[in-house]
Amino acid sequence: MKLQQLSLFLENRPGRLDAPLEAIAAAGINILTLSLADTAQFGILRLIVRDWDKARQVLDDGGWVANLTEVVAVDVEDRPGGLAEVLKVLDQAGVNIEYMYAFSSYRPGKAILIFRFEDPDQAIKVLLDQGIRALDSDELIHADA
Amino acid sequence: MHNALWNDDAGGFHPASAPDFLPDKRLKEVQLRRLRAVIGRAYEHVELFRTRMRERKLTPESIQGLADIARLPFMIKTDLRDTYPFGLFASPMSDIVRLHASSGTTGKPIVVAYTQEDLKVWAEVMTRTFASCGLHRGDILQNAFGYGLFTGGLGAHYGAETLGATVIPISGGNTDRQIMVMRDFGVTALCATPSYFTYLIERAADLGADLRDMPLKVGVFGAEPWSDAMRARIEEAAGIKAYDIYGLSEIIGPGVASECEAQDGLHVFEDHFYPEIIDPESGAVLPDGEEGELVITTLSKKAMPVIRYRTRDITRIIPEPCSCGRSIRRIRRIGRRSDDMIILRGVNVYPSQVEAALLAVEGTLPHYQIILTREQGLDQMTVEVEVTPEVFSDEVRAMEEVRARLGQAIERIIGIRVTLRLVEPRSIERSQGKAKRVIDRRGD
Repeated sequence: MKLQQLSLFLENRPGRLDAPLEAIAAAGINILTLSLADTAQFGILRLIVRDWDKARQVLDDGGWVANLTEVVAVDVEDRPGGLAEVLKVLDQAGVNIEYMYAFSSYRPGKAILIFRFEDPDQAIKVLLDQGIRALDSDELIHADA
Repeated sequence: MHNALWNDDAGGFHPASAPDFLPDKRLKEVQLRRLRAVIGRAYEHVELFRTRMRERKLTPESIQGLADIARLPFMIKTDLRDTYPFGLFASPMSDIVRLHASSGTTGKPIVVAYTQEDLKVWAEVMTRTFASCGLHRGDILQNAFGYGLFTGGLGAHYGAETLGATVIPISGGNTDRQIMVMRDFGVTALCATPSYFTYLIERAADLGADLRDMPLKVGVFGAEPWSDAMRARIEEAAGIKAYDIYGLSEIIGPGVASECEAQDGLHVFEDHFYPEIIDPESGAVLPDGEEGELVITTLSKKAMPVIRYRTRDITRIIPEPCSCGRSIRRIRRIGRRSDDMIILRGVNVYPSQVEAALLAVEGTLPHYQIILTREQGLDQMTVEVEVTPEVFSDEVRAMEEVRARLGQAIERIIGIRVTLRLVEPRSIERSQGKAKRVIDRRGD
């Protein structure tokens, strides 16, 4: 129910994003989704890929600092209020969201949200209690297929 | 031959400049006579010097020629600290008429002393400095070097008065007032740190004043490293000629060396300050032309003779004669120091202090680099630290905390606000030998 997300540190300078993405592409790894958090000084690139171990190896070899964190991919209805409902559930249960980003899928009527929780296990339990599903990596790969 | 030039009424060099044109043989005679006298004095009155001479089985009589200077022991900055406050004085306090001191931000300050005769020598070498920069009787000098324990203000003051210039002892700071005085008093020459003067130019522009429209024609700059690029900028923006001068309080203050109209190296007033260039590792004396550490021996100091002082400044002696006609030798503009000490807004900072702070916070020493810049006349220090897997987090907040933690640890140790920048691994250039920890862009 949890996914591995690769994060890497980038300086906030023109052209810094190209090199790691090229390295991943050269290794034949497809990026399912990504998000870039940036400050005036630096950025953190977050990637969801199928072969995270291989991708991490590529990045380590290339001299980047990369780490793996567990994130949760939540299936939501692709309609107005779809996200709001999920957030309401989490809020009521007092689940803290570190950050989130969206992932568009090819499945009609469905969207996927990637959440980074302080406590992913607790968050998954809260969501399941309310009938909200978290996707595992197989499902995510299929969602992309 | 140069007597005509020494006639100040004719707008030439001031008579005090005569020693600048001494024939080589005469200069060497003066140097040797003074060297033997100063060694005799130091041996007689300064215990530290006498002990070191005896350890080397040397007496003042051992010094028969100028070349024998290489046999004498070196002095280093800590010798001045260890003997704080008056341990190196060779004159009784009743003969000492002035004390100056370093800021002492890293512990006890360094105290330096002057007899009346020392002050005369100081005024003379500063007169020669100003004459070398083209100043004359009739010039109006705005002295924006700081007055006080710092040697810059008073050193320049008495030199300019001896020259016969009109001195405005305005000291540093109060920039708007400086601009008003410069315009209203018809100031023709100014001395300051180059960084303060660039700030003054900017501030003048803010106030709608253009220094190029004023009578100011000469700037005498010292007390910090600066480059030819900065000189070009200053000269263009202010419509002046900008000269570099050199000195250090351990030796006398400003007035150890000065550029001339050629702006091609600084003439050392070597009838008072004997320069040597040594290999900083071995201590061996290097021939003229080779780069190394500047070592200075005071030849005429009474209150505090300083023999073979290791300045830590890296330069070389220029062997070729200068187009200005002065026979005293020149050194190249000081670009760096052998011990990597950073002088930041007058405070001494060492890369080792930054290392200690980084080590204390993270337990391991990341790759780091110190970058010095100057913004609006103020020195800025940026410390770039490579992110390691240990500190990296996917959360922005956590990384900002790392950044703040490292920056604050450095500030606590060095007492100066720094900008801490996290950079990618391997982005800081690796050196084959000693790591280049400091990039100084203040002179750019």
